[in-house]
Formats: sequence, C-alpha cells, structure tokens
Amino acid sequence: MIPMEHGLIVALLMFIMGFMGLMARRNLIFMLMSLEVMMNAAALAFVVAGSRWVQPDGQVMFILILTLAACEASIGLALVLQMYRRFQHLDVDALRELRG
Amino acid sequence: MSALALTFIFPLIGFLLLAFGRDHWSEMMARLIGVGSMALSALSALMVGMQFAAQPAIQTAVGPMGHQGWTEHLWTWMRIGDFAPGFNLHLDGLSMTLLGVITGVGFLIHLFASWYMHGEAQYARFFSYMNLFVASMILLVLADNLLLMYLGWEGVGICSYLLIGFYYQERANGRAALKAFTVTRVGDVFLAIGLFLLFRELGTLNMAEIIQRARELDFNSTTTQLIALMLLGGAVGKSAQLPLQTWLADAMAGPTPVSALIHAATMVTAGVYLIARLHPVFLQAPPVHELVGYIGAVTLVIAGICALAQTDIKRVLAYSTMSQLGYMFVALGAGAWSAAIFHLMTHAFFKALLFLASGAVILACHHEQNIMRMGGLRKRIPLVFWSFVVGGGALAALPFLTVGFYSKDAILWESWAADKPFLFWAGLFGAFLTAIYTVRLIAYVFFGPERTEAHGLRGISYQLPLIVLLVLSTGLGALIHPPVAGVLPMSAGERLHESPIRHTIEIGSMIVALAGLAVGALLFMRRRQQTERMAYTPAGSALWVMGNRAFGFDALYDLIFVKPFNAIARLLGRDPVDRTWNIVPGLANLGHRAGTYFQGGGLRGYVASTAFGIVITLMILAAWQLAIMAHVGG
Repeated sequence: MIPMEHGLIVALLMFIMGFMGLMARRNLIFMLMSLEVMMNAAALAFVVAGSRWVQPDGQVMFILILTLAACEASIGLALVLQMYRRFQHLDVDALRELRG
Repeated sequence: MSALALTFIFPLIGFLLLAFGRDHWSEMMARLIGVGSMALSALSALMVGMQFAAQPAIQTAVGPMGHQGWTEHLWTWMRIGDFAPGFNLHLDGLSMTLLGVITGVGFLIHLFASWYMHGEAQYARFFSYMNLFVASMILLVLADNLLLMYLGWEGVGICSYLLIGFYYQERANGRAALKAFTVTRVGDVFLAIGLFLLFRELGTLNMAEIIQRARELDFNSTTTQLIALMLLGGAVGKSAQLPLQTWLADAMAGPTPVSALIHAATMVTAGVYLIARLHPVFLQAPPVHELVGYIGAVTLVIAGICALAQTDIKRVLAYSTMSQLGYMFVALGAGAWSAAIFHLMTHAFFKALLFLASGAVILACHHEQNIMRMGGLRKRIPLVFWSFVVGGGALAALPFLTVGFYSKDAILWESWAADKPFLFWAGLFGAFLTAIYTVRLIAYVFFGPERTEAHGLRGISYQLPLIVLLVLSTGLGALIHPPVAGVLPMSAGERLHESPIRHTIEIGSMIVALAGLAVGALLFMRRRQQTERMAYTPAGSALWVMGNRAFGFDALYDLIFVKPFNAIARLLGRDPVDRTWNIVPGLANLGHRAGTYFQGGGLRGYVASTAFGIVITLMILAAWQLAIMAHVGG
C-alpha cells in the first residue's frame, strides 16, 4: 500500500507543474493543457484521500472532476478555435483589448 | 386717470416703448417718444399745478401762503398684517415744487439731449434710461409713504448707474458708474436701516403719519438720534456730501445732459428733499440736526477749493454742484427748510443751464473737455457765452440780477438768524470761492486766445432750453416762490421777519460775491500768466495737487476699502473651501490610476496575482487555525 503522503506529494508536484505551465506559457492550447493537469492533480488528491479513509466520496469527486474537465476542454477548445480564426495566432499576451 | 398719476405714467410708457423697441426705432421716432413723453408729463404737471393753485390756501403767520394738498390712492401695494403700504401719490407744496422742477427742467434737458445726442448710436437706449429716471424721480417726490419713496430712490440710483456708464465701451466709464452705484448704495443701506427703525418705533411708514406722530419719538434719545443719523446717511450718499461725496466728480463720465438732469438738477437733491420732508424727526434729535449743517458747511468749502483746481469743464461744475448742495444742507441744518428748497429750485435752474451750456461747449470743441485747451469761444457761440455768464452769475450770487443771489442770501441770513456763526462764515467763505472759480471757468473757456478750432452751433432744440433756463436764472426766476409754507415750519429768519441786521448781511454777502468776482477777474483774466506761474511754486503746486485730487478722499477710500476688498476677492477667487473638497476627487483619481495599473489586460498576470492572493488567503487561514488549536491546547 502506498502511503497517503506519497500520493499527496505527487498530486502537489503535478499541481505546481500545471500552475507553472499556466503562468509561463503564452500559447493558449498549452495553457488549456496545464489547466487539465492541475485539475487531474486535484482529482488525484481526492482519490488518494478516498482510499486512505476507505470512503466512496473520493471516487465520486473524481467522476465529477472528469466531467468538469471535459466541459472545460470543449468550451476552451471552442474559444481557442474562435481566437485562431479571428487573430490567426494563439498568443495570449497579444490580447490586451480589455486593458483598463 | 388723474393728471397726478399721468405725470409719472407718461415717462414710464416712454421707457417701456423705447426699452422694448430699442433698435427698431429710428432716431426720429426715439426722439419723438423720449421727448414727447416728457412733454406730456410736463403738461400733466402743469394741470396738476393749476388744480393745486385752485385749492384753498393755508393760513400762516405771514399770511395766506401755499395750498392744501391731497393724496391719491392708486392701489394697495402689498398687505402683510397691519402693514399695507399703498401705491399712493401725495401732493403738497413741497412735492409740487419738486414735481415742477423735475418735469419742467427735465423736459428742457430732454429737448436739449435730443440735439446733443444726435447721431449717437443707441439713441433709443439713452432716452429709455432718461425716461425711466424721470418716472422714478417723480415717484420719489410724490410717494406718500417711505417704502414707495424708497422704490423711486433706488430707481433713480439704477438709472444714474446706467447713464454714467452709457459709453460703456470705455473701461473708465464703467468704473465710474460702479463707483457711483456702490458709494450711493452705502447711503441707501443707512436709509433702509433708518426706515426699519422708524417702522419699529412708530409702526408706520406713511409720511403724513410720521410727520404728525414724530413727537412720540423720545426727544433726543439714542434711538431717535440713530434714526435721524441713518436718514442723514442716506441723504448724504445721494446728495454727495462729506464723507460720501467722491462719486459725483467721476459721475461726469456720462453724457452731459445726464449730468445736467441727474447730477445737478434732480437726483442729487433727493437727499435735501428727504431731510426737508422728514424734518420733524430731525427736530427730535438736535445733535444730528446740527450735524446736517456742519456736514454741509465743510462740504461746501472743500468742494469749492476742489473746483478751483480742476481742468475738466464738467468736473468744475460737479464740484460746484457739491458745494451748492452743501449750501442746501447748511440751510437744513439751520432749520431754514424753505430756504433750502428755494435754493434747490434755483440751483436746478442755473446748474442745468451751466451743464447744458458746457455740453454745447464740448460739442463745439469736438468733445474737448479740458478748459486749458479752450479759449476765446465768446464770439463763436454767443448764446452759450451768455448762458455761462448768467448761469455763472447765479452760481456766484451776482446781486439782484440773478436768481442765485436771492436763494444764497436767504441761506446766509437764515444761518445767521439761527445763531450758527460757523455755518454763516463757512457759507460766506464758500461764496467767495464760488465767485473765484466761476470767473476762472468763464475766463479760461471764453476769453483769451483761441486754442482749439470751434464751430458754431444751431438748432431750435439747442437754443430753446438754453434761453428758457437763462431767463429762469436771472432775477425773474426768484419771483417763483416754492409754496412750501404750509408743509415746512417757519425758520428763525422768517420769525425775525425784517430786522436791521438782515440788510447788513445782505450787503456783506454782496460785497463778498463782488470781491470774489474781482479777485477772480484779477487772477485769471488780467494776470493769468502770473497766476499760472504761482501754481509752480512749492506751496502753489501743493495746493493745486490737493485740490485737484479732492483732498485725497479717493486715495484714502481706495486704500481702506477698495484694495482690501480686491485682495479678499482675489483670495476667495481661488476658492479655498472648494480646494479642500478637491481632496475627495483627488483620492478617487489616485485609486483609479492604481486600479487601472493592475488591470493590464495580460491573462498571465491575472493568473499570477490570483494565485498569489490564494496563497496569502490560505496562509492566513492556516495561521488562524493554528492559533485556535494552540489556544484550545493551551
């Protein structure tokens, strides 16, 4: 049996990886992928916690997050598509039209 | 509509027509309305005069003199509890005299003005103001209560302001108008306070009631003195006496007919009228009554000296007006009410004549007003010359031939009879000065070599007013006696009747006037060069500067009132209170700039700051949790 701490450390590392990707990347597709990684890290934390306390809630939350990730990906990809059509690039730093 | 009401309704209609039509009227039509309404008003006044003469006479100690007056109720102006001032016109000997002067002299001046202002732009505007002035002035003298009188009082004030600043394109004229308005306003505030106090004491503003019930005022109490003093303040402001005299000389910035009508014949005498009308109040406060005479005496001497050192033809006349008003105040102070009114009337004749003639001189010399640059006009404009001789003679009280002699002599005699030697000697000295500056004026303008090219003048509307006023200024004018005997109480001089000293004083004043004329002739006609050289000696130039600057009153008031006021205005112009409130929008602006700095529009920046915020929040929550656990554990 893998100890809970190890699982949580993996989840944390995954989350930080995803977050760093979100902040460092300028391409919208990669940012979207980083988001998926972060969400999966959270899902992993739920699963680990669920197995530690032998509760079904962890699995339930995992399925919920999976659904959420699918929705998010579809909407995000649709946005990416629209953006590419309009600007012919996916550089998020170039989009500053809402500047205060 | 009765003739009495028509006297002021005609000019009012003229004003309305001219004011609303303004640029639509041709000069011809404006003249017809402006002068025509005045002619109708004068005719109505004549009818009123005939009605008045038909009234039963009042018996006095001297015999039947004056006639009963009457009051006409037009409507009630307002009603607040018991206080219901009516729009009533009251006619008696005093207001009849002033009504005659205003409409008669006013009509002649309007006629002259139609000639004088010929070709001026805004001809209609000029006559609209003139008509409004006459309407207000008539209201002032006919009002039966003090509130209505105050309406007329303010009306003439505003017309004076508008007409002094008639040539408003020039900045100096606007300043002169503002000065006249502000200085007289000071007096008007005093007058208003006086009215309030009178109302508090007597509960009425009706003149007849006040005159009747003045004895109810406590004799010589502080309140009574204050009332009289406040009324005197109003009169002093309007009549340009010390210490509110500074505006009159600057008021000469207006067109010359305006100076003749407003600043010589009518408006400036309103103060004299006020004091004469409310004489019972002054009789209840003897110290203030004394003060009236002293103010007049000091003013007449100071103004006489100032008139000697002026170079502008109109300013000489302005200071002489001030001086003559001083005589009227002397008469009022001596209790010689009817002598004051008599001098008011004669002064209206000869000073209007002098001003109109000076207007003619100014036109003949192509708008030159400096008497130093005039000369030898005697042959060019003989009518004007003779007007000046007769008018000036009346001013200097040339014995028997001129009207001024009779009225001024009466004042001197009254001040002697009332046992006021200071007033008498000041008046005598003033008469001496008057004669000198009159000769100086005539000598500079009409004698000596010609200095400016002058052209002759013609036109019936120029000749007629001068001729009529000229006749009135001769001894013939003295045949008109103001029918004031029933209205104003008898003076000391009238009670004494004929006394041997009267002839001594008459002869004395004659000698003084003639001596003044002789000295003037010697100084300014025979030995003009020597006299002018005298003005360059240290003492001479000091005297000259003092007289020319009117004893520094202007400079003093400038220092005390105008400069501090301007400084305060400049300070408040920057609005210090508003500045403190500017902190609020300033803070909002700062917040806005800080806020927009973080709204950079970069998505990654947002992500970073969100993460940062979450980390901080989590750390706080963790710290809180730890603190609770430590507390529970401890």
